[in-house]
Amino acid sequence: MASLQRVFGKNSAYWLIGPAAVWLAIFFLFPMLSLLTTSLSDPAGSPIYGYDLTWRLQNYFEAISDYWPYMVRSLIYAGIATLLCLVLGYVLAYAIAFKAGRWKNVMLVLVIAPFFTSFLVRTLSWKLILADNGWLVESLQWLHILGEDGRLLATPFAVVMGLTYNFLPFMILPLYTSLEKIDPRLNEAAADLYSSPWQRFTKVIWPLSIPGVVGGTLLTFIPASGDYINSDLLGNPNTQMVGNKIQTLFTDASDYPHAAALSVILMVLIVGMVLFYVRRAGTEDLL
Amino acid sequence: MSLADGVRGDLKLTGLHKRYPNGFVAVQSLDLVIPQGSFFALLGPSGCGKTTTLRMVAGLEDVTKGSIHIGEQDITTAKPYKRPVNTVFQNYALFPHLTIAENVAFGPKRRGVKDPKGSVKEILALTELTEQANKKPAQLSGGQQQRVALARALINRPDVLLLDEPLGALDLKLRRAMQIELKRIQEEVGLTFVHVTHDQEEAMTMADTVAVMNEGRIEQLGAPYELYTNPHTTFVANFLGRTNLIKGTVLGREGSGADEVVKVDMHGTVASIKASRVHTDAKEGWVGIRPEKVLIQPEGQAIDAPGAALSGAVVVDVSYIGVSTDYVLRMPWGQEITCFEQNTGRRGGLIPVGTKVDVSWRPEFAFLLDSAQDAEAGIVEED
Repeated sequence: MASLQRVFGKNSAYWLIGPAAVWLAIFFLFPMLSLLTTSLSDPAGSPIYGYDLTWRLQNYFEAISDYWPYMVRSLIYAGIATLLCLVLGYVLAYAIAFKAGRWKNVMLVLVIAPFFTSFLVRTLSWKLILADNGWLVESLQWLHILGEDGRLLATPFAVVMGLTYNFLPFMILPLYTSLEKIDPRLNEAAADLYSSPWQRFTKVIWPLSIPGVVGGTLLTFIPASGDYINSDLLGNPNTQMVGNKIQTLFTDASDYPHAAALSVILMVLIVGMVLFYVRRAGTEDLL
Repeated sequence: MSLADGVRGDLKLTGLHKRYPNGFVAVQSLDLVIPQGSFFALLGPSGCGKTTTLRMVAGLEDVTKGSIHIGEQDITTAKPYKRPVNTVFQNYALFPHLTIAENVAFGPKRRGVKDPKGSVKEILALTELTEQANKKPAQLSGGQQQRVALARALINRPDVLLLDEPLGALDLKLRRAMQIELKRIQEEVGLTFVHVTHDQEEAMTMADTVAVMNEGRIEQLGAPYELYTNPHTTFVANFLGRTNLIKGTVLGREGSGADEVVKVDMHGTVASIKASRVHTDAKEGWVGIRPEKVLIQPEGQAIDAPGAALSGAVVVDVSYIGVSTDYVLRMPWGQEITCFEQNTGRRGGLIPVGTKVDVSWRPEFAFLLDSAQDAEAGIVEED
């Protein structure tokens, strides 16, 4: 710190914050303001000639009344996908943290390996796996788990599976970081103090992993509830999420004000839920 | 207050054996009976198997062969959470997300004890932690955390309390204070304490009985006084305090009963060693004598010990420590031996380096060990 002060003077802290602050101002704050003003503009304009800022709050009421089912569907799909990620991710993160031994690093690399290919390509490959004539559907039909004309692709199931698959690593990594920090001797101490394996989990491991659970669920739920690729590629018109609606309003209908209003509503809703969630988890379980 | 209510029984280890999957044998056919209510120490250098033994008793390590009993009850294969045994872990392993009171109440709650508040209060008072009840472990000092670990185990009134190097993380001054504290608590609650340590002073000051372990076996077991004054092996002689070992040839036995002595020739001087302190049948042996038992006088002056003195030694080093003085003496055959002399004032000064001295000791303090054993075994670097 002392040497930094020599270079930058007494206000070295400002110099350190500076670059990021400028970056955020240009690429976050400005688009945010633009989004807010667009959301309050008259939809009568066009993307080419611009929209007049008329403080039209009506956009918000219209967005809610027209598109609330998409909003609800998004939250339900994202919620289910987050829960699935939590169950799958917790088991795997636990195994990597406590049981993997020298395979720890290999397994962590495998967890992030999917990121080496594009999100779009990976989701498209699910289209092949779930296809009506694919081996999976045919096997399930043969086993009579699916009916004669039953299908997986273009169903809510496929959308939720896609979301779960795509966001699983974002759940595993924070969970692993949290679990890995837990001293395995605490598990022994709990065993020594009359705790069955299940009690050791509920009384010691789980409470100590709450920071990872909170981090993981946020990193999964937030992007999942705004996602539109999975629904677009793996769903049908009845599985459309709010992200799909925002996208079509922007690109197909060129209705920027309503699209912007819908975005702001989604954002406020998620920020509200996150605050409530973090506060609850924080006061009850966190250190 | 006595926590040890009802009949429980001794902790009995029979033929206890531990072999790790990688082939390392940590504990070899250990037979041990630890009487109920005693303060027992397992003493040895790191890797001697003492902690493995403790973990097998706690159920945290599988037993390869042999059995563990408490009284009549066989607990060899019992799950750790079903054993009437609790552990004070080396680095305490306190639950960081719980308060001190919650940490202490953890065991009783899991066992379904109704309303453990009363006993929590009582045990916090015993360990002087009442003020800390609502703090988290991270807010406590090392000594306080140590007491929490103790309270958390004690509250369950285990048949056997296991302590794994419980004072290892504390500084010297705090360690001394906690030694006295632990001893007081043990006497107060009357439970069986099994204390694992590598610190010989700690084991000797606290335990009624000490088992010295080396390479998975018990070298010698007994009261601290017995172990120190009459060690059976060079390892025990060196590990507990310091010792001088002088090569000797056995000449024969004299007398009978309690007065029977073995005559040993040490480089021309004959010493008599009580038969009960002779631990070899061979013709050769190590004559052992503790440095503080070694008496020296400048050549020709009378020494306060019967029998012959070794003559021709030269003082090669003098360390004045205040309460005592350490002399290093070179014997005529080249070996260096150590002498600790209390500074009672009778000498009226120090013996300077280069002085020729006579060396002797009271014969009842010497012991004879197997010459096949390594004279350096069990020597630890001072820390």
